[in-house]
Amino acid sequence: MVILNEVIRVGIADMNIVKEPMTIRTSGLGSCVGIVLYDEKKKIAGMVHIMLPDSNLGKSDRINAAKFADTGIYGLMELLKAEGVRPMALKAKIAGGSQMFQFGSSDTIRIGPRNVEAVKQELKRLSIPIIAEDTGGSSGRTIEFNPSLSMLTIRTVNLRTKEI
Amino acid sequence: MNSENPISDMHLDVLKEVGNIGAAHAATSLSQLLDRKIDMYVPDVKLVSFDEMFDLAGGAETIVAGIFLRIEGDLSGSMFFVLPLKSANHFIRKLISDKTFDFASPNLPEIGISAMQELGNILSGSYLSALSDFTGLKIYPTVPSLSVDMVGAIVSFGLIEVSHHSDEVIVINTQIREEGEDEASGIEGHFFLLPDPSSYVTIFRSLGVM
Repeated sequence: MVILNEVIRVGIADMNIVKEPMTIRTSGLGSCVGIVLYDEKKKIAGMVHIMLPDSNLGKSDRINAAKFADTGIYGLMELLKAEGVRPMALKAKIAGGSQMFQFGSSDTIRIGPRNVEAVKQELKRLSIPIIAEDTGGSSGRTIEFNPSLSMLTIRTVNLRTKEI
Repeated sequence: MNSENPISDMHLDVLKEVGNIGAAHAATSLSQLLDRKIDMYVPDVKLVSFDEMFDLAGGAETIVAGIFLRIEGDLSGSMFFVLPLKSANHFIRKLISDKTFDFASPNLPEIGISAMQELGNILSGSYLSALSDFTGLKIYPTVPSLSVDMVGAIVSFGLIEVSHHSDEVIVINTQIREEGEDEASGIEGHFFLLPDPSSYVTIFRSLGVM
């Protein structure tokens, strides 16, 4: 049998989970942050692509949990728990949160750093350690996580591909 | 029109007309600037998800030269002028008469960057002044800012405001084409106008369709 290394794609304000040998990927992170939660032993990982720091910022009645740092990370943890992953075993890698443009309303300019702050706060609240991060700067990122190696690959324009 | 889905096909048609008027003015400005015949038309006005928005611009990972500006005044929103690198190079080479200019090079000459920003300024200015004349609304664009990066990273910045309210956005998509150029070497580009949700009603009221 041939096992294809299929890639699961996560859109903006979206989340999903994956088991080895498949990998999981999200494209074109700017001020958004991509959070990977993974269980090193079970080789299961989840990824969420958040846009905003706090679900209290939502002004609509129907909330898309994956859009916000607080509800997104919690929601991803619940998805992994449903797959039999113990929260204690979870570790995190994060990337994104850049400042693509230097103008706008002050709130909008700072959205990248604010997203990163909120992600760290939420991970701390859930006692999930951050093993590696590639955040800030002014470049877009595409990230792909391989659960069999617990490795996050980060591609940026004009910079070398990083592995963290 | 109901509270669940306040935007009808008729409203989208009205926005398309708004886009067509803006596009016609911008095309005239660009033709004068480059001394070439430029076509601009509005292929679609749609309510799309954020991922679909990136697809309209070529896919989240496509590297583009993207000009971004905010619109303030009676209505607010984000505006993007997005060009694949090949088209951006083509435009700027003509504009500054330098055949070697390349957005992919690490050290971009300042003159090319400012030419690109000026291009964004002229196009958005003529587009928005047409929109302002047509609707009678006061519209103030900010100074445009340039980024050469992935579409997703650039455009998501303009979706932040919308994302507070919704997971979908109305896109007035304007396509640019240089007349006479063959498909392979032709210039292509997109102008995206993304009104903030709070401005939809303002636009429709100003045009008497609500």
